[in-house]
Order: sequence, then structure tokens, then C-alpha cells
Amino acid sequence: MAVPIVEMIDIQKHFGHIIALSGVSFSVMPGECHCLLGDNGAGKSTFIKTMAGVHAPTHGEMKVNGETAHFANPRDAMSAGIATVYQDLAVIPLMSVSRNFWMGREPERGVWPFRTIDFKMADRVAMQEMSHMGINLREPEQAVGTLSGGERQTVAIARAVYFGAKVLILDEPTSALGVRQTANVLATIDQVRKKGIGVVFITHNVRHAMAVGDRFTVLNRGKTLGTADRGKISADELQNLMAGGQELAQLESSLGGTV
Amino acid sequence: MTMPSTVAAPLMHTARDERIKRMSKFRRAIIRPELGAICGTVAVFAFFFVLAGGTAMFTLEGAMSWSTVSAQFVVLAVGVCLLMIAGEFDLSLGSMVGFSGMIFALLTIALGLPVWLSILLALTLACALGAINGILVVRTGLPSFIVTLAFMFILRGLTIWSAISLTRQTVVSGMGEAAANDPLARLFGGKVLTGLFQWLANHGVIATFARGARAGQPVVEGIPMLIVWAIGLLIFGQWLLTRTKFGNWIFATGGDPQAARYIGVPVTRVKIIMFMFASLCAAVLGISQVVEFGSAAADRGLMKEFEAIICVVIGGALLTGGYGSVIGAALGAVIFGVVQQGLFFTNVESSLFRVFLGSILLGAVIANTYIRRLITGER
Ligand SMILES: Nc1ncnc2c1ncn2[C@@H]1O[C@H](COP(=O)(O)OP(=O)(O)OP(=O)(O)O)[C@@H](O)[C@H]1O
Ligand SMILES: [Mg+2]
Repeated sequence: MAVPIVEMIDIQKHFGHIIALSGVSFSVMPGECHCLLGDNGAGKSTFIKTMAGVHAPTHGEMKVNGETAHFANPRDAMSAGIATVYQDLAVIPLMSVSRNFWMGREPERGVWPFRTIDFKMADRVAMQEMSHMGINLREPEQAVGTLSGGERQTVAIARAVYFGAKVLILDEPTSALGVRQTANVLATIDQVRKKGIGVVFITHNVRHAMAVGDRFTVLNRGKTLGTADRGKISADELQNLMAGGQELAQLESSLGGTV
Repeated sequence: MTMPSTVAAPLMHTARDERIKRMSKFRRAIIRPELGAICGTVAVFAFFFVLAGGTAMFTLEGAMSWSTVSAQFVVLAVGVCLLMIAGEFDLSLGSMVGFSGMIFALLTIALGLPVWLSILLALTLACALGAINGILVVRTGLPSFIVTLAFMFILRGLTIWSAISLTRQTVVSGMGEAAANDPLARLFGGKVLTGLFQWLANHGVIATFARGARAGQPVVEGIPMLIVWAIGLLIFGQWLLTRTKFGNWIFATGGDPQAARYIGVPVTRVKIIMFMFASLCAAVLGISQVVEFGSAAADRGLMKEFEAIICVVIGGALLTGGYGSVIGAALGAVIFGVVQQGLFFTNVESSLFRVFLGSILLGAVIANTYIRRLITGER
């Protein structure tokens, strides 16, 4: 079997006396879309933040391409090829689309110490990538605050894809989107996956998950209820699992690859 | 670092979005963060031109006086502006003006160090104290308002205490002679372009003293170094903020520190560096005042932090960070300087200075809020 791009083994995360994650294992293969489902407060965001270098896990091991990795900060995770689009903190509203797009990786020109941002190139690429995602901007200097919630998410997704992430983590990217933009994001996930990038797709919406997912993992109160492959589980079964797993016993047979 | 890649459009839109209104070039050119400050500056000059057009205010000599006062505000405002955009305040900057000047004077007079060494030590100390402020703020997560308020008292207290315990006075004089021939002190005091001004005077372009010891010399000898500092800092600040990667990080740090951190911006480093830079600006002002006046006084810089904050806010910066303009802040400083000196020329009751300033502050801030909403789409 191929080596997962990222593998998380028995991850625990405690915030003081709150146990947000109590032993979650999870992996992403190249070119797959692994959906992470769960109710509010299940620990999905906390889990992907440990993957993205925001939180250090209290316990557990993390492997990138089969080798143990420790991320001290989000920059480390980014340079390992893990890009994340956060649920609520994707972009900075007061700043322009172009500046947001390039944040942290600004293209520079000139001689040190007089290096400046290459605005011409930055603006052109930002406009182009945004229009690929179906969003037409008035100008690259347009502030992100003037965009709708969905358009803001799209800026962050376009950015992550452009910078050639190996793993793209999307925390509820479709929760604020309308029909057309959701279709766009799902189509983008599909394309990203075809390029061999592993996608971690967090959602509450089982239909969105079923549309693109290759594997499904359900989190509940900081624990995994199991991982199922595409075609081995129905939308109804997933829905029930998310709702608290009352019918877990009945579903156990369908969860072939239970961790 | 990574390979840029392009994803073909799932739903490609080639046509212009029909819901986007075209914005005229003119509208785009004038809707900018500095607009409020530009209007304010025009209003203030118009006001004084009517009231004091015939006085010395609009002679070269008068212009030099309000320019010098404005320059003091600019030097501080540039530091405060960048720090405020990064999302923090420093209320200890006024005390830092007094403190750095006093340290400079005491090292020279009481300890007998060479002037250039005292200047370097005072600047280094200011940077270090700025860093301590910054580290305390980012490590404790306390509002910078509280942390730097504490430093406002601590530094002012240390200034008075060190002066009294070393010299038994709160004013340390004798710096004029000490700094007279020092190579580094020349950067902080005196005037530049004196040759040009003398030449202009010889050709009758600017007036000369008719009598006395300085007969034949121009009434304005040159451009004070402080104005050179102000212009230099203004250009540097504006360039840093709007053209460089670090400037992008300053905006991001103040705009949304959490989002900035997640995307890989070293937020704590940016904040600490901005605290250091603001302290450095205060120290430059403190040292140049000492060189200029020939003495250090323990009460220098009193209330200067608030005045600088007012300049920056008039200039269009958002008090909560993430938005602002260095040029705007400098215009705010000019408004401040012109009003302060203008009321002196017009012989208006100086208490009216505050009334006038308060009104301008209010007007500019209301205008700025409106402009900012237009630009950023804040709801
Ligand atoms: N920094 C923190 N400090 C303390 N507790 C936290 C912190 N972050 C998360 N938690 C707790 O961990 C639990 C999981 O939160 P998390 O944000 O991961 O949920 P989620 O599955 O993403 O929910 P949602 O679907 O609403 O986004 C919650 O009970 C939350 O209160
Ligand atoms: Mg969440």
C-alpha cells in the first residue's frame, strides 16, 4: 500500500482540563478526498489545527511521507506542503484581495535591502486565479471586506491551490456558500484531487461529502467513530453516525476499515 | 519555494461581471485613507491664511517655525502610526522622549562619555525598552494600553530620579558645548543647506539681518536636522508600509493577528519590531531636542504620546489596527504643528488651541470612518 502523505496516529489534545481530542487516528493518501464529519464541538477544527501546526498535540504521533514530523508553527506545516483554509479566519477583510492572496509568500523584486513586493505580477496572478474560481474582481486592490462570505473562502482556496499544497485542508468551506459557489468548490476539490493532492474536507453536509469524498471519517466528542470507504456507506448511515452514533452497532459491518 | 500551479476553471467567466459598477479614475484616485487629512490640512491652511495672512506666519521665517514644530510631531507620529497599524499602542513614548534625552545628557555630563557613544547607548537603550514593552505585550496578552501605561510612569520616574541623584537637578545643561564638535551629534542638531540659504540671502531672495552681531546673515540659516529626520522617516515609513513584504505583514498583524499567524506571518516578531521602531523614533526626538536646546529636562515629551496618537488618527488610521497611512499621519502632524504655531501668530487665546484641535479631530475621524467604509466594505 502507498504511503500516506500525512498520517496522524492516536492524536490527543487537551486544553487545560478540557479533552478536545482523545486519540484520533487519520491519514490522507495522495489524490484522495478524505471527508471529516462530525457535529459541532466534535473536535474537527481542533484536529486539523494540530495537523496544520497551530496546536502541538498533547499526545500522539504525526508522520509526513512516512517520517515523523513536528510542527512548531503554521509556517513549518506550510513548508511541508500542508495548506489550510480555516473556517472563520481565512482572510483579512481590511486588506486587498491581492495582498491577501500572497500573504506570507509575497513575491519580491529588487536588491536587498530595497526589496519590494512585485505588485504587477502579484496583481495579475491574483486576478487570474480568482477568475479561474469564477469570481470576477473589480480590481486586485479591492478589499476582501467588500466580498461576500463565500467569495472570501474562495480567495483562501485559490491561494492554497496556487501554492501547490500537497495536502489541502478545508474547514467547512461550503457552509457559507450558495449553490453555484458550492458546486465550484466541489469541482475544485475534484480537480485538486486529480492532480495528486490529498484533500481533507470538513463538512456538516453529508451530501457535499458524498459528492466528492473517497473516504469518510466521523468524529464524535473527540473520538473517531470509524473510517469508511466510498461505496461502503450510505448517506443515511453517515447522517446517523454524525448524529451521535446511536445506531453504531448496526453500522459496524459497513465500517470496514474501522481504526 | 513551491511550484505555482493553475487549476482550469470549473465555471469560467470571461465576461465582465455586470453587477460591478465601473469606478471612475478620479473617484479611485481621491478615495484613499489620507483623504480626511488632506482636506483637514487644506482647511487649516485656508483658515490661517485668512486670519493671519498678513502676519509673519507666511514668511520664510514663520514657515520654518511651524515646519519645525510639525517635524517634531512627524518624527513621533511615523513610529506611532506603524505601531498602531500593527494593532498596538505605546503610551510610554512621551516618557521615552524625556528618558532618552536625559540618559544621553547624563552619560555625557555626569559620566564623561564621548557624545557619540552616549547617543548610541541612548538609542540602544530605547530599542531595548521598546522590545521589553513589546515582549511583555505579546507574551502576557495584556492590552498594550495597560502595559505601556505602566512604562509611562516607570520611565518618567526613572528620568527624574536619575537626573536628581546624579546632578541634584531636573535640568541637565552644558550639552551645547559638549555636542559642538561631535560627528554624530551633527546628525541630531544644527542645520543643513546653510550654504544655499546664505547664497539665496546674498542674492536677495531671502531677507538678512540688517544690524547686530549677525548682520548680513540670512534670517533663516538652513533647514533644521529635525525636518530632515521627519522627511526621511516619512519616506521610509511610507515605503516600508506600502511597498514591502514587511509592510504587508504589519497590516495583517493589526488586521487580524490570528488569521495572519495561521497563514504564516510572524505576528509576535512584527509587533516587537514595531514597538522598538516607535521607541527609536521617540529617542531620535529626545536626543535632537537635547542637542538643539543644549540641555535635557526631566519633563520633556510630556503628553507627546497622546498628541502623536491624535495625529495618526487624524491621518486616517484605525485605532484598532490594520488600517492607516503614514502620509496621513504626517499630514495630521502638520495640522497639529500649524494650528499650534498659527494661534501664536494670530494672538488668539491659546486655550482655543484645544477647542480647534478637538473640532478637527472629530471632523477628520468622522470623515475617515466614512472613507474607510467605502474602501474596505466594512459593514
Ligand atoms: N483553544 C481552546 N481552548 C479550550 N477549548 C477549546 C479550544 N479550542 C477548542 N476547544 C474545545 O474543543 C472542542 C472541539 O472544538 P472544535 O472547534 O474542534 O469543534 P468542531 O468540531 O470544529 O465544531 P464546529 O463544527 O462547530 O466547527 C470544543 O468543546 C471546544 O470548546
Ligand atoms: Mg470547526
